[in-house]
Amino acid sequence: MSDTSISRTAAKGSAQPFSLVRLLLEGRAFFALIAIVAVFSYLSPNYLTVSNLLIMASHVAIYGILAIGMLLVILNGGIDLSVGSVLALCGVLAGAMMQGIELPTFGVILFPPVWAVVVLTCAIGGLVGALNGALIAWFKVPAFVATLGVMYVARGVALLQTNGLTYNNLSGRPELGNTGFDWLGFNRLAGIPISVVVLATIAVLTGLMLSRSSFGRWLYASGGNERAADLSGVPVKRVKITVYTISGILAAVAGLVLSSQLTSAGPTAGTTYELTAIAAVVIGGAALTGGRGTVRGTMLGAFVIGFLSDGLVIIGVSSYWQTVFTGAVIVLAVLMNSIQYGKGGRKS
Amino acid sequence: MTGTPAAKPDTAEVVLAARNVAKSYGQIHALKGVNFDIHRGQVTTLFGENGAGKSTLMKILSGVIQPTSGEIMLDGQPVAFTNSTEARDRGISIIHQELSLAPNLSVRDNIFMGREIKGPMGVDFAEEERQVRKLLEELEEDIDPLTPVEELRLGQQQIVEIARALSVDSRILIMDEPTSALSATEVEVLFKVIRDLTAKGVSIVYISHHLEEALQITNHAVVLRDGTMTAYAPRAEIDLEWIVRNMVGENYDLGSPPGGYDFGKVALSLREVTVADPKGGDYNVVDKLSLDVRAGEVVCIYGLMGAGRTELLETVAGRLRSSGGEVVLEGKEVSHLSIAERIARGLALVPEDRQRDGLVQTMTVGQNLSLASIAAFTKGLFTQRKAEQALIDRTIKEVTVKTSGGGAAIGSLSGGNQQKVVIGKMLATQPKVIMLDEPSRGIDIGAKAEVFRLLAEGAKRGLAVVYSTSEVGECLSIAHRIIVMHKGRISAEFDSTVTKEQIMAASGESVAA
Repeated sequence: MSDTSISRTAAKGSAQPFSLVRLLLEGRAFFALIAIVAVFSYLSPNYLTVSNLLIMASHVAIYGILAIGMLLVILNGGIDLSVGSVLALCGVLAGAMMQGIELPTFGVILFPPVWAVVVLTCAIGGLVGALNGALIAWFKVPAFVATLGVMYVARGVALLQTNGLTYNNLSGRPELGNTGFDWLGFNRLAGIPISVVVLATIAVLTGLMLSRSSFGRWLYASGGNERAADLSGVPVKRVKITVYTISGILAAVAGLVLSSQLTSAGPTAGTTYELTAIAAVVIGGAALTGGRGTVRGTMLGAFVIGFLSDGLVIIGVSSYWQTVFTGAVIVLAVLMNSIQYGKGGRKS
Repeated sequence: MTGTPAAKPDTAEVVLAARNVAKSYGQIHALKGVNFDIHRGQVTTLFGENGAGKSTLMKILSGVIQPTSGEIMLDGQPVAFTNSTEARDRGISIIHQELSLAPNLSVRDNIFMGREIKGPMGVDFAEEERQVRKLLEELEEDIDPLTPVEELRLGQQQIVEIARALSVDSRILIMDEPTSALSATEVEVLFKVIRDLTAKGVSIVYISHHLEEALQITNHAVVLRDGTMTAYAPRAEIDLEWIVRNMVGENYDLGSPPGGYDFGKVALSLREVTVADPKGGDYNVVDKLSLDVRAGEVVCIYGLMGAGRTELLETVAGRLRSSGGEVVLEGKEVSHLSIAERIARGLALVPEDRQRDGLVQTMTVGQNLSLASIAAFTKGLFTQRKAEQALIDRTIKEVTVKTSGGGAAIGSLSGGNQQKVVIGKMLATQPKVIMLDEPSRGIDIGAKAEVFRLLAEGAKRGLAVVYSTSEVGECLSIAHRIIVMHKGRISAEFDSTVTKEQIMAASGESVAA
């Protein structure tokens, strides 16, 4: 039951006989993760070491941050295909700001401090997300199409910005007072990589928001039945725009973390990451139709994907096989989703 | 009846018969032992209010669902259809109220959908077209087989449905409310088609809320009430009053208007509220309608399907945009406010379709109950669990929901209890005015009575109650005042001493003098 939502735990916990199948089904992401760790620990002595787990976790952080934004969108019954491109766009724009912003009219080059770069980048991500939200909520463009379009536009703008090249020097210069960009990707807090700390913070905050705030309740309700939520006074359009905005901001955060980890910002970064994020959410037990899913499940989903692909690298399996394995896991997860919710559907 | 020369209609051959047919869904008994015959070449009409079991019976006859007990006899032999295709192969077709045509496909493709005629080069379109032309000729309808269905008028689409049923050589044709969307002339055409069909030996099972209209065409009447067959007689022995009496019953007690107190001030005032057709038509679904409801008063809005009741209530609640007029709540204009703001000021709507508009199926009973009053138990950023639980427990008790607790899945409740959850959700917002669109739709008689008792109690405490219904018996229950709506306007207004016949006459349903 580790990845079920509060609502489902409460809904199904009462007067249901204990069943092993049920337990396996509802805790599948958790058991999958344990199985992955167990198998790879057996195959490679280096797998289950603190340092390797932390390295893998810092890889997971990128997908994980994107997946949390994706979870909110999917809970709303939508989809956000633009996150991978927004990640690249934000990374590139952050890189450009680190290189200095030239203002020809004043004849000066501004070198904003790192905190300002971070804030501005997140704002840009949020704006792109808000654009998605506005297209979907106000202009009734289907989420798939709106975010597909924005995915292309954002990628194109990122390519235009650098002319297809990559910003390699992101560390800033002490005399300009803009050093510290590497901090996100390389530093550790009590031995834990900053990226993992960022992921954990976002996950905890989002979890609180979903389970305890009125916004969380609005989100579950409008994802479960938008018409009913609307008639109950839930501001469904505001909820919709908000989730896409948050998804955009989180894509920007992921972009910052990634370019900091790589110490470079390229316009082709994050290609197909949106699909990995969707996969994490689905493996985590969320329903693509909206209204069901939790942060805990999504985190488990992200770790399943990350630990699986890193494990395959460690034991030396070809990267082609990694793709095959990841795909198989996703299909299996969706299969279990339809078994689980299919039953629920028949019962009601 | 005209068009059927049979001198002794009752001796006509029985083609299909129901023997003690019963159907239960868990605790709910939709049908309790129904017996009747369908005669060859005659029209049998099922009368009954919403929820009486007509549609369940039809679905059983057409093989869509299977009866819990009892038998269907086809040509004297018991049959058990496992699906509608089997029934169709034996010559029983059904035309649903919501037409099941693919609007993007042509008439020809719709008629042969799923059973295309195969030729050596794939589908033999020419042969299909020839057959469709012949069918439409027989029906005397000038429609080109290649026209996309979406370009046809609703009446013509109905003809296409009939053509499709005939194309499989149906001997028994079940029509569910075939005239609800038709104009008077189209109804004439349909009746002519029905008479032609019966003359050819096709049996028709007809369902309609338009009693007068149905009486013109039927040979036999079967009346259902709450899953029981209350009457079965040939046309010659019956009249309108007989049907109404058997439909609504004489001892049908849903309570009486609450009394012993004076009404308060005007709680809700509608001033010339006008709503344009939301589908883009050039007429108004609600036309300059004015109405005052006082605190403590119960007002019933009666009208047929399409009278504009739902549109009126949804506009007042803020879901539809009005194209003119004012909605005034306790002296303050609210026309420009959002749904949430109207709820906060005490104006709540319980929608007609609880599955589509009322409940969030992915949430628990408790979360559904508290959905409209989240602000009441939110302090700062977070919701207060204790306060929410208290609100849920209080509401479950108040509206007497039978559930294992607030944590139960919403789908585990019966229809009546689900409806109480939707009502409880809106009552939990502590409204001044509550509007209910067909609050009794699809719930059994016991739950119906409880819902009305609940509303009467609310009225005693000063709540203004407005509910709509298409069942005349429900007007004569707790309502102090009965408004009859017809084509977007108030066509009549009665106090609680009115008779059922008067109400029906004013709705345009049946004007038998």
